Amino acid sequence: MELLMKEIRSMIPSDQIFTSLADRYSYSYDASFGSYLPEVVIQVKNKEEISSLLKLANSFNIPVYPRGQGTSLSGGPLPVKGGMVLDMSQWNGDLKIYPDDLVAVVSPGVLTADINQEAEKFGLMYPPDPSSAHVSTIGGNLAENSGGPRGLKYGVTKDYVIGLEVVTPEGEIIKTGGKTIKNVTGYDLTKLIVGSEGTLGIITEATLKLVPKPPASKTMMAVFDDLVQSGQAISKILTSGILPAKMEIMDQSSIIAVENYQPLGLPIDAEAILLIELDGHPLAIEEEMKTIEEIFTDFESVKVKIAENQDEAQSYWRARKLVSPAIVKIKPTKVSEDATVPRSKIPDMFQKLKEIREKYDIHLVVFGHAGDGNLHPNIICDKRDTEEMIRVEKAVEEIFKAAVELGGTLSGEHGIGTLKAPFMEMELGAAGLDMMKRIKQIWDPNNILNPGKIFPEEGQKLVLRE
Amino acid sequence: MSTGAALKDRLHYKETFNCVQCGYCLPVCPTYETMKSEVHSPRGRINLVKMLAEDKIKAEDLREPIEKCLGCRACETACPTSVQYGKILEGAKEVLEFAEQKSRAQKISESLIFDQMFSSKRWMNTIGNLSWFYQKSGLQKMAQRTGITQLAPLHMGTFESVLPDLPSPAERKNRARLYKAIGSRKITVGFITGCVMDAIFYETNRNTIDLLTKAGADILIPESQTCCGALHAHAGKIADAKALAKRNIEAFEKEEADYIVNNAGGCGATLLEYGELFKGNIEWESRAQAFSNKVRDISQVLAELDGLNFTKEVNGTITLQPSCHMINVQKVKDEPISLLKQVKSKGYREMKDKERCCGSAGIYNIVNYEDSMEILDSKMKNAKDTNASIIVTSNPGCLLQMKLGIQREGLEKSVRAIHFVDLLIEAGAVSK
Repeated sequence: MELLMKEIRSMIPSDQIFTSLADRYSYSYDASFGSYLPEVVIQVKNKEEISSLLKLANSFNIPVYPRGQGTSLSGGPLPVKGGMVLDMSQWNGDLKIYPDDLVAVVSPGVLTADINQEAEKFGLMYPPDPSSAHVSTIGGNLAENSGGPRGLKYGVTKDYVIGLEVVTPEGEIIKTGGKTIKNVTGYDLTKLIVGSEGTLGIITEATLKLVPKPPASKTMMAVFDDLVQSGQAISKILTSGILPAKMEIMDQSSIIAVENYQPLGLPIDAEAILLIELDGHPLAIEEEMKTIEEIFTDFESVKVKIAENQDEAQSYWRARKLVSPAIVKIKPTKVSEDATVPRSKIPDMFQKLKEIREKYDIHLVVFGHAGDGNLHPNIICDKRDTEEMIRVEKAVEEIFKAAVELGGTLSGEHGIGTLKAPFMEMELGAAGLDMMKRIKQIWDPNNILNPGKIFPEEGQKLVLRE
Repeated sequence: MSTGAALKDRLHYKETFNCVQCGYCLPVCPTYETMKSEVHSPRGRINLVKMLAEDKIKAEDLREPIEKCLGCRACETACPTSVQYGKILEGAKEVLEFAEQKSRAQKISESLIFDQMFSSKRWMNTIGNLSWFYQKSGLQKMAQRTGITQLAPLHMGTFESVLPDLPSPAERKNRARLYKAIGSRKITVGFITGCVMDAIFYETNRNTIDLLTKAGADILIPESQTCCGALHAHAGKIADAKALAKRNIEAFEKEEADYIVNNAGGCGATLLEYGELFKGNIEWESRAQAFSNKVRDISQVLAELDGLNFTKEVNGTITLQPSCHMINVQKVKDEPISLLKQVKSKGYREMKDKERCCGSAGIYNIVNYEDSMEILDSKMKNAKDTNASIIVTSNPGCLLQMKLGIQREGLEKSVRAIHFVDLLIEAGAVSK
């Protein structure tokens, strides 16, 4: 370790190297579960630093964990095997918009929301909008392939990445893709890197595609007395020729939690609230909103409100925003899942979740991105209560099974990390998972980069207890 | 130092579990922005407090992160799970205070400042008087010219040059304990004059009385009131803070006031949390809560009474630098702005990130001078971008800091800082 530190100090300015116990503990966690103490934390600020550190790590056989601002819900940046944490968050200085090419070129520490804000100055938009966009770095979003409510219409992070600069696990600097929309030169390594959770390389620059910013938006709130009907309504809207920008759902438990937390006058006897946002040309969305209203007349159990102005629209979205703070008032620990199902299976998934809630006697709240099948079943619990956490672990396992059985997936937007690794084979099969492992082995022969993620260790099980 | 369960209790270990480590506090934390590392973020500090409670680190590991925290509590406003960061911070400070091996000289000076000066109205008046003598006698000019004050410890010289003009001792003694509303009485308020406010910003207190009576309030000023205890609590001296709080609660219990008004955001926040301070104390909790329920910022009372017209034009564009504790703890946001917009001026212009701490933070700018100046510089950049010539603030510490910022930027000729109350008087406030 001493020799390694000496080498590190010869290549990195000393104010970028943290070794005190307080510093190391401060990079030992993310927004998911567990705390793992790294041996050293290094704030990297250019690709040469990263390249030389990775070469060093290979010769010393030390694991390296890249980290943005630690907002991951799946354990992406956790230094589970100690070693070096590379804090990328302070490499946030480069954000350039090329309006004529409709692209942005960014350094990895730039905040996601800042990209969209800068793009808006040119009448453009960077659509991916994870709820942590004002905190999370684009590097972290790329590694985890983050989504967000707008995923319904606009897709997720991977749909906006056209070029990357990457330092490979062995310290080589490569470029993938470029600045063009169309590019079929060779394998699409860009797409391979995005969502690889920092196991195949460290992204040092990204070229992102932008789209014209829609001139107007409109919001509707629909309150359902019957959950199954809300599922049917979602399918009907999506097959009517209209693609809303967002379509979010809150179940009854979420509605009650919000009302208890901050009374907004939501109907607590309703089984579901749907929030729909349309964006586009003002005249077009006016027409589309009428169509949706007509669709809703087919359902008996629904009451519809359309926001007259932006303030009213914001007050509708406020309800959705308050779900997260409201539910942790019940108990402090939140196990936030993102299992995703084909859209037509949303009502079935709701049914399954209801059964799981009863079977394990857990506090399960469901909200999320109804339009793209990406629900967020959240289990509210207390991680100090071992008996409860064992039930929660079993429930989570069953949620994953249910999603996969319905033709869905373990993770829509949070990533696999440590928490979902034990379930990979269930979704991919042994051969499918093995193909992924072989890719990892070729890219990272010494298993230096972010070891302990995505692939389960022998006999690894989900553990949510500390 | 206490161990085990007792330590966990004092560190509010249970409360740390309410932090889900989402990181939403990072972008609003001024020290995370300027110091650029997780130990100087709210999430980092909460985690370290937890680590200390679990005996994974030592108290000394926690010291710097806690001492560098401004205590602005912007993180509480951003927190989606309503973690009571202020409580965790004060608990940590108390534990550190206890664990501390202090030099004899430091102990004596702290005891002078906290035990005697801030808690004694007489001392604070004396400071006011001495400062007055210092200014009027020409000593100040001489000291400034010769640069003597630059040599003073803790950069006192830098702050000294931005102190306001002070009233004479005779004026100070003549203040009554009851002021009658001008015109018909709409309400009766108790006025908590504050120690620093009363010592150094006596004029602002006089103007506060003026505004309140004009707006239709009878004002009671109990003599036995004392320092609110904010600086003590923020320094981890909880026992002292409680002793002061009790004196204030007793002083105002004797009065029949509808509200207890203050004009210093930091004090207001502390007064508002007396109830919380005595939580679980059978004798004092309900009395403290009754006190806190009446606490209002001057802007809230003026907005509610709606009894003033502004007759004189103020020459310049106005921007507001609200005090952190007014925004983040008292949650008073709109009232000052709506009153400022009623003033005849060249207009009100909103400062970017105005909610962000200016780096004054009690005695932070004296104790952590360099760090405070970095935070101030980023604040002043936003202030300059507004092109406003008047920076209005709602707290004495912020006011001095803003004056210092103006000086650092060399803007003395074009920009001035003023307390909210003083600006309303300058704007020719009269009864409606």
